[in-house]
Amino acid sequence: MAILEVQHIEKNFGKTKVLKDINFSLEAGEVLAIIGSSGSGKTTLLRCLNFLETPDTGRITVGDEVLFDAADPATQRESEIRRKRLHFGLVFQSFNLFPQYTALENVTLARELMAKGEKTGEKLADIRREGEALLAKMGLQDRMGNYPHQLSGGQQQRVAIARALAMKPDILCFDEPTSALDPELTGEVLKVIRGLAEQHTTMIIVTHEMSFARDVADRVLFMDGGLVVEEGTPEEVFGNPQQVRTRQFLEKYAED
Amino acid sequence: MFWSVTLSLLDGLKAATQLFGFTLLFGLPLGLVVAFGSMSKWAPFRFLLRPKKKPENDQLQAADGAALPEVKEAEPSAFVKALAAFRPIKAITDIVVWVVRGTPLMLQLMIIYYGPGLWFGNNIWGGNGRMVASIVAFTVNYACYFSVIYRGGIQGVPVGQREAAQVLGLTRRQIFFKITLLQMIKRIVPPMSNEIITLVKDTSLARIIAVTELIKAGESYIKLSGITWPLFYTGVFYLVFVGILTILFNFIERKLSYFR
Repeated sequence: MAILEVQHIEKNFGKTKVLKDINFSLEAGEVLAIIGSSGSGKTTLLRCLNFLETPDTGRITVGDEVLFDAADPATQRESEIRRKRLHFGLVFQSFNLFPQYTALENVTLARELMAKGEKTGEKLADIRREGEALLAKMGLQDRMGNYPHQLSGGQQQRVAIARALAMKPDILCFDEPTSALDPELTGEVLKVIRGLAEQHTTMIIVTHEMSFARDVADRVLFMDGGLVVEEGTPEEVFGNPQQVRTRQFLEKYAED
Repeated sequence: MFWSVTLSLLDGLKAATQLFGFTLLFGLPLGLVVAFGSMSKWAPFRFLLRPKKKPENDQLQAADGAALPEVKEAEPSAFVKALAAFRPIKAITDIVVWVVRGTPLMLQLMIIYYGPGLWFGNNIWGGNGRMVASIVAFTVNYACYFSVIYRGGIQGVPVGQREAAQVLGLTRRQIFFKITLLQMIKRIVPPMSNEIITLVKDTSLARIIAVTELIKAGESYIKLSGITWPLFYTGVFYLVFVGILTILFNFIERKLSYFR
C-alpha cells in the first residue's frame, strides 16, 4: 500500500508556474530519487510536502490521512499543520543546524520541547539516550558536545540527518544534501543515506549525484519545467530513457 | 571645594543614572514590541486578491488529462491592489518611528513636559514630574531606535533557522524564544552598545526641563565661582560610567562567542 500519495499538486509564485500537476506515490520502505536541472521545481515540491509552501491545488495523503487538500480549508489550519508536518522529516542543503546548541542538543531539542509542552510523558533522559544513539549511528559519538561551527560540513549534515530522524518521520526528505559540501565530504553523507536505505527507511532524495541516485533509489523521477517528465526504476530512467528531455539532461551529466 | 563639587556631581549622577536605568528598563522591551509592529504582515484586505474557487468539475476534467480552457480573470484595479497590500500595523509603527527619530529629543522633552499643562491647564506630571516626564520621553525615543536594531537582528537570522525549526514541529513561540532570540541578541550587542553609550550622554538633555543631571550640576560652578575644573571632573564621571558599560558589553560578547 502506498504510504504517500501526491495528486495534482500545482504551485505558482506570482505568475510563474513552478509546479504543474505533479502526481506520484511512494511505498513504505521505498527510496525515491528526484533528479532534474535547477529550477525544475524539485525543491519546491519537497517544500510543499513539508508545509513550507502551500500548494495552490492538489492533495497530499499519508497512510489514510489526508494531510492537505487545497479544496478543503479544514486541512490547512495552522495548529493542525504543526502536527501533520511531523510525518515528514527534511534535511536541508545548507544543514540549518541551530548554532547555539551542541550537536546532541540539536538532535534532542524538538523532542524535549514536545515532551515538556505536550506532556507526552517521555523522560528527558530517554530522549537524550536516543539522541546519543542516533549520533553514534551517524559516526559522531565523539562529536556530541561540539557546536556546529566546530564541525565540518559533512559532520554538520550528519547531525542534521540525526536531528530529522529523532522525530521518527514516516518519510525522510533530502533537499540536495551534498550540494553544499566539498567533494571529499560528500562521500561520508552519502554513505549514511545509503545505510538508511539498506534499513528500508522511506526516503525522497532530491539530488544531483546521478550515480548515487542510480545505486540507492528504488525509483527515479525526472522533473523538468514543473512537470514529472519521466518516472521509473533507475535501470529504466538511466539505462533507457524514453523522453527526449531526459536523454538531453543525462547526456549533459555524462559530459561533465 | 573639591568635596562640595563631588557631592553635587554625585547628585547629578544619581539623576542621570535614574534616567538611564528606567529608560533601559522600559525602552528595551518596548523597542521589541515596536520591532514586531514594524515587521507585522497583517493585511486585513488581502482577501480582495484571493483567486476565485474553480468549480469542481474543472478538476475532474484535469484528472482526465483534457486540456482546460484558460479562464482569464479580470485584472484587479490599482486601488484594490494597493488596499490588499496595505498593512495597517506596520504603517502606523513606521510613521511613529519616523516622527520620533525625525525630531530632536530635546523638542520631545519640552512638548511632553510642558504640553499637558498648557493644553489642559494642569500639569499631569505630579511631584517628581520632571524626572517622570524625562523617563517617558527617553523611553519612547530610545524604544524607536532600539526597534530598528532589533529588527536588523531578527531579520539577520537566516530564514533556514526558522524553517528547520518549523519542520521539527516547534510552535511560533518556541521558535522565537528557543531559536531566534539568542542569535538575535548576539547580533545586536555591538549596535546596542553604541546606542546605550549614547543614552548615557543624552541624559544631559533632561536639563532642558530643569532636571539637575551631571552637566547642569558641573556647570553651576562656572556661574557661581568662575572655575572650570568641575567641567573636566564632570567628564570623568561620564568616562567612568561608559567605561563600566564597555567592560559589561565586552563580557556579554565574550559570553556569546561560544557559537557563530
